[in-house]
Amino acid sequence: MGDTILETDGLTKEFRGFVAVSDVALRVKRGSIHGLIGPNGAGKTTCFNLLTKFLQPSRGTIRYEGRDITRMKPAEVARLGLVRSFQISAVFPHLTVLENVRLALQRERGGSFDFWRSEKLLRRYDDRAMALLEDVGLTGYASHAAGELPYGRKRALEIATTIALDPKMMLLDEPTAGMTHEDVSRIVALVRRVAKGRTVLLVEHNLTVVSGLCDTITVLTRGRVLTEGDYASVSRNPDVQAAYLGTDPGISGHVAHA
Amino acid sequence: MAEGGIIASGAIRSDTQGTVLWGFTRPQALAFGLLLAFMLVSPFFLYPVFLMKVLCFALFASAFNLLIGYVGLLSFGHAAYFGMGAYVSGYAAKAWGVPPEFCIILGGLVGAALGLPFGWLAIRRAGIYFAMITLALAQMVYFFCLQAPFTGGEDGIQAIPRGVLFGVFDLSADIAMYWLVAAVFLAGFLLIHRIVHSPFGQVMKAIRDNEPRATSLGYRTDDYKLMAFVLSAGLAGVAGGTKALVFNIATLTDVHWSMSGEVVLMSLVGGLGTIFGPLAGAAVIITMQNYLAEYGSWVTVIQGIIFVACVLAFRRGVVGEIAKALKVKL
Repeated sequence: MGDTILETDGLTKEFRGFVAVSDVALRVKRGSIHGLIGPNGAGKTTCFNLLTKFLQPSRGTIRYEGRDITRMKPAEVARLGLVRSFQISAVFPHLTVLENVRLALQRERGGSFDFWRSEKLLRRYDDRAMALLEDVGLTGYASHAAGELPYGRKRALEIATTIALDPKMMLLDEPTAGMTHEDVSRIVALVRRVAKGRTVLLVEHNLTVVSGLCDTITVLTRGRVLTEGDYASVSRNPDVQAAYLGTDPGISGHVAHA
Repeated sequence: MAEGGIIASGAIRSDTQGTVLWGFTRPQALAFGLLLAFMLVSPFFLYPVFLMKVLCFALFASAFNLLIGYVGLLSFGHAAYFGMGAYVSGYAAKAWGVPPEFCIILGGLVGAALGLPFGWLAIRRAGIYFAMITLALAQMVYFFCLQAPFTGGEDGIQAIPRGVLFGVFDLSADIAMYWLVAAVFLAGFLLIHRIVHSPFGQVMKAIRDNEPRATSLGYRTDDYKLMAFVLSAGLAGVAGGTKALVFNIATLTDVHWSMSGEVVLMSLVGGLGTIFGPLAGAAVIITMQNYLAEYGSWVTVIQGIIFVACVLAFRRGVVGEIAKALKVKL
């Protein structure tokens, strides 16, 4: 199995002639926090959707834990411990915060097709769900409908739900997008904490977040890998500066928004 | 029973509104108690056939609501399962002399058996495409029923005998039939309530709320949707099978697309995603049809106006709006 938990070769996705992701070779080291950055439209989210099988690649292979997952279904990949979050916060809005986390814990039962049994059966997960909520500072919200939470708390809930699956590898799609400054630092601390013993691949726009968190950074532009390295080397790279400042003047604005 | 449960059960809560009995919240248990009381006394001052009609359609609408309200799937072909349930149950009673309890079960099995391939096909698509596939498949069933020899074509199956329940209770009297229908409705209603509040129901609601997220947690959402579809179709078949015995007929009206539309209307008027909504919706619509019958085709116009009013002003439906006003779950 070795050092690499996830690797892609020649990963390509075309949409009717438009190449969103082109020949991407990515190596994610086990136990690292790996950042995937790039200007708008660089193909980061497409890349994510390919890795988690929400999209089928046009060409190329994806190997996870030494196993070819290129043709697998998204739910199967999730069962292997490769779990993603979404750019737009993904909670179950009409369920309570506790139920949200419990749905992830409930996965250990295997399938939940027992429609004739009472949901009281699920109370055995309540303690663990509460512990996870405490971890992300949501104890007081356990019985609220998830849809009522403020944005930052929704993201925290989403991370708690993801952690509840005890994934080997987490893919976080812009975990701090649209957050206030305080929320950002809380999420950064949270990601750092939950990344212990796991691998994290993280798409991020906010460069401060990336610099503080990531061991390795891959820069994507126009669907291709521009460069890879730690923050210091990547940020000094003139191509990266050109990509960010030259073609996408919005980036500084975006950071300011966040 | 309901009253005992309210007092007896402790207050160990796992969610917002603690449950007191069979997963009912306190307001739901209260409403259920009222419903039971009403069902017990109503046949003595209301026309039992009218009540039976309401209950059959209430079960049908509840089955439909299981899909739209708790999984988020809008089926526009539920008449197929209701109607085929009615035909097969009616045919079995008339041609083979099958006892009523088995006729009703048979109706449910037929609905479920039809729901399995239809659901399997339809869940491949979402939203309006899902609705269109269910409609198209239901239209195929309609034309099958028009042509097939056993359905009696334009005439339908008439003079279906109600039979003798368990070989003991003669159902030819309306009041006897009423108790059977009431029992069938309650069983179906409680089953749906249990489905919604089961481990399976949790996943159903998760899919309704955010399907990609449910997938990313490792749930094979298609399997859950199909299961819910089959359950819903089966319960619609039970409703149809019961209806055939009540009215002694099974006709093309039962499989017509306007029947699929009617059940959408009932659920919407009552309140999608509420357990009591479909019952209230069915009661409102059937009452209107019965008491406004003298206005002839104006019934449809009035129904249309109510439908528009509901969509514009009471988007949560009767029960949904009441629940919101009282800040409770119904």
